[in-house]
Amino acid sequence: MAALRQPRTGGLLVLAAIIAVLPFLLPNAYYFDVVILVGINALVVVGLNLLIGYAGQISLGHAGFFGLGAYASAVLPARFDIPPLAALVLGAIGVGLLAVVIGRPILRLKGHYLAVATLGMGLLIFMLLSNEQDLTGGPDGMAVQRLTILGYKLHGVHTWYWIVGGALLTGTWLALNLIDSPTGRALRALHDSEIAAQVNGVDVVRHKLTVFVISAVFASLAGSLSAHYSGFITPNSAGFLHSIELVTMVVLGGMGSTFGGIVGAAVLTALPQFLTVFHEYEHAALGLIMMVCMIYLRDGLLPSLRQRLHWRRS
Amino acid sequence: MTRSFMGLRSVIAGAALIAATVSWAVEAAADIKIGSVLAVTGRASFLGDPEDKTLRMYVERINAAGGLLGQKIELVVYDSAGDAAKARTFATRLIEEDGIIAMVGGSSTGETMAMIPLFEEAKIPFISLAGGIVIIEPVKPYTFKTPHTDRMACQKIYGDMTARGISKIGLISGSGGFGKSMRKQCLSAAKANGIEVLADETYGPKDNDMTPQLTNIRNTAGVQAVLNPGFGQGPAIVTANFKQLSIDVPLYQSHGVASRKYIELAGDASEGVRLPASALLVAENLPDDDPQKSIVVNYKKAYEAKWNEPVSTFGGHAYDGLFILAEAIKRANSLEPGKIRDEIENTKGFMGTAGLVNMSASDHLGLDLTAFRMLEIAKGEWTLVK
Amino acid sequence: MSEFLQFLFSGITIGAVYAMVALGFTIIYSASDVINFAQGEFVMLGGMCTVFLAAAGVPLPIAALLAIVITAGVGAALCKLAIEQARGASVVALIIITIGASVFLRGIAQVVFDKQLHRLPAFSGEQPILIGGATLLPQSLWVLGGAGVIVIALHRFFRRTLFGKAILAAAQNRQAARLVGININLVMLSSFALSAAIGALAGILVTPITLTSYDVGTMLALKGFAAAMLGGMGNPVGAIVGGLLVGVAEAMGAGYISSDYKDAAAFLIILAVLSFLPQGLLGARIRERV
Repeated sequence: MAALRQPRTGGLLVLAAIIAVLPFLLPNAYYFDVVILVGINALVVVGLNLLIGYAGQISLGHAGFFGLGAYASAVLPARFDIPPLAALVLGAIGVGLLAVVIGRPILRLKGHYLAVATLGMGLLIFMLLSNEQDLTGGPDGMAVQRLTILGYKLHGVHTWYWIVGGALLTGTWLALNLIDSPTGRALRALHDSEIAAQVNGVDVVRHKLTVFVISAVFASLAGSLSAHYSGFITPNSAGFLHSIELVTMVVLGGMGSTFGGIVGAAVLTALPQFLTVFHEYEHAALGLIMMVCMIYLRDGLLPSLRQRLHWRRS
Repeated sequence: MTRSFMGLRSVIAGAALIAATVSWAVEAAADIKIGSVLAVTGRASFLGDPEDKTLRMYVERINAAGGLLGQKIELVVYDSAGDAAKARTFATRLIEEDGIIAMVGGSSTGETMAMIPLFEEAKIPFISLAGGIVIIEPVKPYTFKTPHTDRMACQKIYGDMTARGISKIGLISGSGGFGKSMRKQCLSAAKANGIEVLADETYGPKDNDMTPQLTNIRNTAGVQAVLNPGFGQGPAIVTANFKQLSIDVPLYQSHGVASRKYIELAGDASEGVRLPASALLVAENLPDDDPQKSIVVNYKKAYEAKWNEPVSTFGGHAYDGLFILAEAIKRANSLEPGKIRDEIENTKGFMGTAGLVNMSASDHLGLDLTAFRMLEIAKGEWTLVK
Repeated sequence: MSEFLQFLFSGITIGAVYAMVALGFTIIYSASDVINFAQGEFVMLGGMCTVFLAAAGVPLPIAALLAIVITAGVGAALCKLAIEQARGASVVALIIITIGASVFLRGIAQVVFDKQLHRLPAFSGEQPILIGGATLLPQSLWVLGGAGVIVIALHRFFRRTLFGKAILAAAQNRQAARLVGININLVMLSSFALSAAIGALAGILVTPITLTSYDVGTMLALKGFAAAMLGGMGNPVGAIVGGLLVGVAEAMGAGYISSDYKDAAAFLIILAVLSFLPQGLLGARIRERV
């Protein structure tokens, strides 16, 4: 029970338990499909939450990294005969390097400027993916080969459920470890006051860059998984709206709450599926959630809920 | 209580919420379930919206007339907002959750291509409403489509150009999916049709000024006509800019703008513009002995009366798809997807809004060039080019 | 030469629109330190309201006026219901709020209006004016004129009226302004209404040329932001210069280089300015609150 009392370890166990039990509750492949999409988004959100929630830096371009990962997995095997698994790794490394190169100048920026710089970066990636038709198939997208591991072709929602579940669990575990590391502590200091952190000898730029790169790699891996899972990708996966959705998931779940982010991803991915009758209002609802969360629920869904329960008991 | 337990509780609460919504959507029905995924909202909504309206209207009519094989049709439509990833998820839902026996939908080529593997794997017939030639080339057993391909549009336009003595043209295409795909087809079909493309410009789907690109085309020596593959706002702005720059060669648009809206948006500048389209746009002007006349006039009247908006050829694609399917089900006299597929492939002599359809094992479209009519805009109206 | 002139005309017409959007950014930023990502939606609302009012039979000038008033109201509501409520929120929170507002307004617009493209008739004919082998639409003159009038009016407003001076004072130092009795809330409210009205006017003037639909706002906001940034955030003259430069850069890029990456021009400018010239061309130093 000691482990459970550690909120982080406890949370990880709960997540593992949910992943283990969920398959018995899901009636058919469609629900597996939705849950897999939740898992893929959650993986990005766990990474993005490190950046937004812990380091206090916004990114409106993370879908760009997601898209690059997805296209690495699509383009490299199809056009250059690189095995899919190697493409996934190469994509992640490439995106990591790109994040270093881009991150260096733009992470010096603050607030609005950082938001717009990341947004511009995301749009440039989107433009590249939709304009380079010979490579990427253009706006109509392209098919993705199946992921093969040791000669075994991965397909079917059940296989993918466990892959994505495993990836999410590993990603969450890595993120939690990072938060407890010296980098994590430095980040929290940075979130509170960048200048104070700097005065206390924290190498602000290096820590910010580390988290930016880690979150970009998370997004790239999630993109690769999503590409192989769905078998088809379009540049929309790198689009502005997807970036916004990712940020909203972080915000809804609670900035700085890793598990909250996963809940946010689950709600925002699953909700439109169950509200298809009201699809016209989907965007209005998305916008409203963003505003209301930031005004009244600044801690996000999960932390607010937790606080309320606490308050009632004491 | 410990803090961690609170976390646990709220996570479980979240899981319970998902589980609750999961068990909610199950319902039983003995109807014929037909599915559709359309871009009802979003950038391609001008495709999905009339398609959606057409399907709903005619399913209602078929049901009012007693349904198919004595059973009512239940139509399940999901909105992909033009997003291929969403379309794929909804396709999974149609197959797994709703248990459809056939699919009529897919507004754009991207959505369609994302959904094809699912329907092929589930062995459920899928009639796509999108233009791209990749959908049916190579032929896939369960995939069909109703609209003309973009390659056919290029050929039709080139044919008309040749008849007017035009052989050197400038191309300005939208960089959306439609424009890109058609640009590629037109470039590759040019040589075989005796056309030389001297200038090749593009513009973005949200661009609002194309005078720089058109200036370049105007300044290219020898251009005898300009062709603009694209849909949405782009072609309307190209048309207006074309007039502003007083470029005095013929302007050709694609079947992508074959709706009343285009004339409205481009205004006077659209005078004299030519484009290939289905007979639907000139329904009343067709000669009475035209075998297609009664079909297109009836569809047009029904649509405009019901929705109080001008008919577009995109809704016509949905009409064709639905009735090709309905007739195949009747012929198959069975609700087994495999048998329906065989009968769709056997479609012969079907007269739709797009033209005469004769499918075969090697042709899952079944239209030929004669199905396209060359239209010219005169005094704000579509007229048939003789 | 005539082609250069043609690209230039094309660039300054679109640039004038970017400039008006940039002005909107600048006014709100001056008064409240908020960058309003919903600025593009004001442009959309101006155009769409006018189109739908005109279609309902309202004479065009009155429809335009009403559209400006409605949009200003939406701007004020945004300030009152969202920005004021979120007092003390972090910059990240404010960014998310205004992006949320932008997504929300777009979502509402596609339900209240529709998802179609629309246009307005040109105000004074569509006969192009021929200058040095290049052509210019009369409507472009309306757009340029509109931008010019706004700049002059704003200049007078800020320099000559007490209220304008109050806004400037608040921009300089909010605490001090409050101490001398300036109602900060009112300053913020009016800055939102004012910049919404400017956005709406831009939308009305440009709709005959560029058409409008519920989703035109996003791109305009981004380009306008690039313009504001290029000119130097918080500097009205900079906003105008920045807007024209972004517009001309796009047109020249599309004409001389390649039209494939026309939209990239604005973002490359943003990234370059942010990396090498964070104060913009004419900007004041970026202020930062600790």
